[in-house]
Amino acid sequence: MNRIKSFFQDVYKNRVWLLMVLPGTIWLLLFAYLPMFGTVIAFKNFHYDPNGFFASIQNSEWVGFENFAFLFNTNDAWIITRNTILYNLVFIVLGLILAVFVAIVLSELANKKLSKIYQTGMLFPHFLSWIVVSYFVFTFLSVDRGLLNNILGWFGVDDPISWYNEAKYWPFIIVLTSMWKGIGYGSIVYLAAIVGIDKNYYEAAMIDGANKWQQIRNITIPMITPLIVILTILNVGRIFSADFGLFYQVPRDSGTLYSVTNVIDTYVYRGLTTMGDISMSTAAGLYQSLVGFALVMLTNYLAQKVDKEYALF
Amino acid sequence: MWQNTMKINQNSSPPTPLHKGNVQNQLNQPNKKSKRKKKYTVHGLSGFPNLLMNILLGSFALMCIFPFLYVIIISLTDEKTLARNGYQILPEIWSFEAYRYLWQMKDQLLQSYTITIVVTVLGTVFSVAMIALFAYAISRKQFKYRGFFTFIAFFTMLFSGGLIPFYIVATQFLHLRNSIWALILPLAMNAFYILIMRTFFQRSVPESILESARIDGASELRIFAKIVVPLSLPGLATIALFSTLGYWNDWFNALLFIDEPNLVPLQSMLMKIENNIEFLRQNSLAGGAQNDLLSAIPQDAAKMAMVVISTLPIAIAYPFFQKYFVSGLTIGGVKE
Repeated sequence: MNRIKSFFQDVYKNRVWLLMVLPGTIWLLLFAYLPMFGTVIAFKNFHYDPNGFFASIQNSEWVGFENFAFLFNTNDAWIITRNTILYNLVFIVLGLILAVFVAIVLSELANKKLSKIYQTGMLFPHFLSWIVVSYFVFTFLSVDRGLLNNILGWFGVDDPISWYNEAKYWPFIIVLTSMWKGIGYGSIVYLAAIVGIDKNYYEAAMIDGANKWQQIRNITIPMITPLIVILTILNVGRIFSADFGLFYQVPRDSGTLYSVTNVIDTYVYRGLTTMGDISMSTAAGLYQSLVGFALVMLTNYLAQKVDKEYALF
Repeated sequence: MWQNTMKINQNSSPPTPLHKGNVQNQLNQPNKKSKRKKKYTVHGLSGFPNLLMNILLGSFALMCIFPFLYVIIISLTDEKTLARNGYQILPEIWSFEAYRYLWQMKDQLLQSYTITIVVTVLGTVFSVAMIALFAYAISRKQFKYRGFFTFIAFFTMLFSGGLIPFYIVATQFLHLRNSIWALILPLAMNAFYILIMRTFFQRSVPESILESARIDGASELRIFAKIVVPLSLPGLATIALFSTLGYWNDWFNALLFIDEPNLVPLQSMLMKIENNIEFLRQNSLAGGAQNDLLSAIPQDAAKMAMVVISTLPIAIAYPFFQKYFVSGLTIGGVKE
């Protein structure tokens, strides 16, 4: 009794703070926690019920792990998992190398004005939606009008390449587009860290006769390593989720390209809209969330083992 | 488990570059000290390596803006020239026909523009208010349950129910289908921004100021409005900028929830005309006049003109907000 009383006293004492978190908490409940509860339909055979969300869930019968069994028996499960992981691995590695490289170069350019201008140019794609980017890509890849086939024409390639039907080119196109859009953004954080490094280190190194390369290798890179590790952990934790726009909009949802452009996110979306298999798509989504969660925990644990400072939480 | 997690999270660990205060100072506050420093810098390549790197980065920067310029050129190309020569960098015949056509179809366009602007403005106001209140409460030690509320926000970064349960909740429980709220609410909160703002509040609003205001008898809400908000404007502006961009560029929620042509935002309209420029006409022209126009539609140029028109606001505002965006990225590390 006393406990309950003191709980209510606490709540009353904290009422202003609770009021402040109330709108956000309601949002979190509706848009984050209710969907989490909704994942139970991965274990059910979902039917829409006109009486709403809870009725739908209640009136769908339990099927246990049938949806998962069905999902993993298809070839799709393997393809979407492979695509998602491979693309993300390439994005993480290539993105890291390029972003750090660009950041170091930007910080070392003699003319700071030019450096700012380059930065402005490189960051621009980050602010465009994938729809706009897909139009951009189309101007290059259009079969009859695109720049690429035009250029190939000058070199005597008379047979225009039907880019949107040739799966073999798409891994490169996807990676290229992703890097094009992301490098400017990726390099900013590193650049800020580099600018923040104490100038004394460099002065001391110069007095000792260290050249530029040695300074970069022995000062700049070690100083930004914690940041590199933290951002990489974040990315590894997200290795199971793909950027829907990149894989859906840029290939223009072209069916012949699915073998190399279908990722878990697009698969789930198509499950909702075209295949209509709600429960199995939910199972695919839950599979994605669970593995993603496990990966964040694991990478964070490993990072913590190496050095407490590297851990995210 | 999570209590342990949060404890580590709240102890201030030795600074990593992600939350070094001086990073941000040097980036956005060119005070006297940094001006003096400008003359003498330890960074700087010389001679050939410098030239090489300038060429390398310069061409990459050019590549980043080239597609936009290219789309502008295509939108200004005569449709027959496009059919004959494809998309050229220097077209034979220039033409404003595409823009003239869009002007005739302006009803749908203006409608979509209005939707996008309303959604962006309302959404930004909502999300900044919600995020700021939530983040401020969990940034204060007086709030007994801050650990719990920090956790429920943080956990959404680690785990989510996935697209389909979200979709079912939004359509069956909240009935957001074909409602403008479907474009506003799903983007209103974001755990990442909450944590950024929490760190920002912890760092930029010293407890001593709040304490003296409390002694003067000010209520917490009043303190928030009169002291915390003015002190935190840079952080709030950053969140506002992020969320404005998020709303302006959003098409996914429209893809999921909106069929009604009156509610289609700009980005989503771009998607619809990708295959079918006729979408523009559904709302714009009634009946008779349609057939005359049908033959003379500058299909490709008009699509590209639409891309230009919807991207132009960002391209124009971009040089102005870039600075804030860059400083915002480094404003508060999530880790503290």
